[in-house]
Amino acid sequence: MKAATTTPSWLHTSVGRKVIMAATGLFLITFLIVHLAGNLLLLRGDGGAAFNAYAEFMSTNPAIRILEIALFAGFILHIYQGLYFILRERKSRPQGYALNAANANSSIFSRTMRLSAVVVLVFLVVHLRHFFVEHRVLGSPLTMYESCKAAFENPYYSAFYVVSMVLLAFHLAHGFYSGLQTLGLIMNSRIERIVKWIGAGLAFAIPLGFAIIPMYFLLKTF
Amino acid sequence: MRFTLRIWRQKNAQDQGRFETYEVDGISPDASFLEMLDVLNEKLIHEGKDPVAFDHDCREGICGSCGLFINGRAHGPLPNITTCRLYMRHFKDGDTITIEPFRAKPFPIIKDLVVDRSALDRIIQKGGYISVNTGSAPDANSIPVPKPAADRAFDYATCIGCGACVAACKNASAMLFTAAKVSHLAMLPQGQPERRQRVKRMVAQMDIEGFGHCSNTGACAVECPAKIPLAAIAQLQRDFIWANLTPDPQIK
Repeated sequence: MKAATTTPSWLHTSVGRKVIMAATGLFLITFLIVHLAGNLLLLRGDGGAAFNAYAEFMSTNPAIRILEIALFAGFILHIYQGLYFILRERKSRPQGYALNAANANSSIFSRTMRLSAVVVLVFLVVHLRHFFVEHRVLGSPLTMYESCKAAFENPYYSAFYVVSMVLLAFHLAHGFYSGLQTLGLIMNSRIERIVKWIGAGLAFAIPLGFAIIPMYFLLKTF
Repeated sequence: MRFTLRIWRQKNAQDQGRFETYEVDGISPDASFLEMLDVLNEKLIHEGKDPVAFDHDCREGICGSCGLFINGRAHGPLPNITTCRLYMRHFKDGDTITIEPFRAKPFPIIKDLVVDRSALDRIIQKGGYISVNTGSAPDANSIPVPKPAADRAFDYATCIGCGACVAACKNASAMLFTAAKVSHLAMLPQGQPERRQRVKRMVAQMDIEGFGHCSNTGACAVECPAKIPLAAIAQLQRDFIWANLTPDPQIK
């Protein structure tokens, strides 16, 4: 791909692109944590009062609106770089190996980033359509809580949600470590061990936290 | 010991190439992998057939010439060794062993299992040097180097350029190779004058050669015979980001 004249050329090198990937990816992880903290209000059992107040705050507060632009930019850059890497994937090795024992030298999570990325992307599109577009663009008459309840009581939607979260866990299991390594922050094996533990914790806790919510609503219908 | 070998045969870069199967018998468990191939080649020559071409030189793990993709792994089933230091006792009697060349677009096949790795040399040419004025040799120890820095520089300098990192990487990235040289010279005072340009030029050459990007799977470091750590890649990343985000103090 030719370097555009508007961005510094170093961002078009393979290393520069990974730096963008890493910086936006780590930013998106902070977003996930905030998003999860808000979503857990759905479990309060107060008929959605706390969650609706939170949703109202998030969609009207001016500081959040500005952050929202940064968030969309983060998603778009992360996805754009990811698609670029997917498209040039085969170019560096046009002829593959007949026998490749990759599991002997690398983790399954690190080798399935593209698969997990595509599933999470599909999830993101469905998710935005269902909640963001419905409420912010089409102006749904339902409250945010009612919208979530209706979606999560649908077993197909909940199943899709949970499967997507498993793939998100795969993505985070390599992504957090990989992002910090790409920013050059993992300087020795001690830092590497700590980062891998934190990464494993995040990859476990964040998707589990999200997945509990649809399961809770679904189980309540029985 | 007795083995069935599935070996990639390819006359030249234009040839399609295919696997051929050979049987070898009477191999000593203490024979190295290359000695086993020598036995096969003697047999092929006696039968009037074309021997299998493969790269080798020192056969003691220090030159970086040998490099085969054996049973799905660069330099075979053990981590951190060269092909010449792989012994037949690491296989089971009667095993079928699949042998392929290192595969990457920048490593065109010359013949059979021999690939052209001069792309790595061209990366080195872009920055694997320091500038020293000619004249009499400087006094020993006239430039002090702290011991920890010297140790790390030496660890990074042990890269033998075999290309196993590229072969093992799912993206055929040469990052570990390039990072070893960038990090080696970044540790030393002699490497400082060209430090900013070095990392930029070597990364640019890596891309020009057609190597892939690094996705931090760590496969390279597992297969690297010189045990270059992933910390080298982190060092390259820091140098690259620093060199591109900060103004160059040498340019007024």
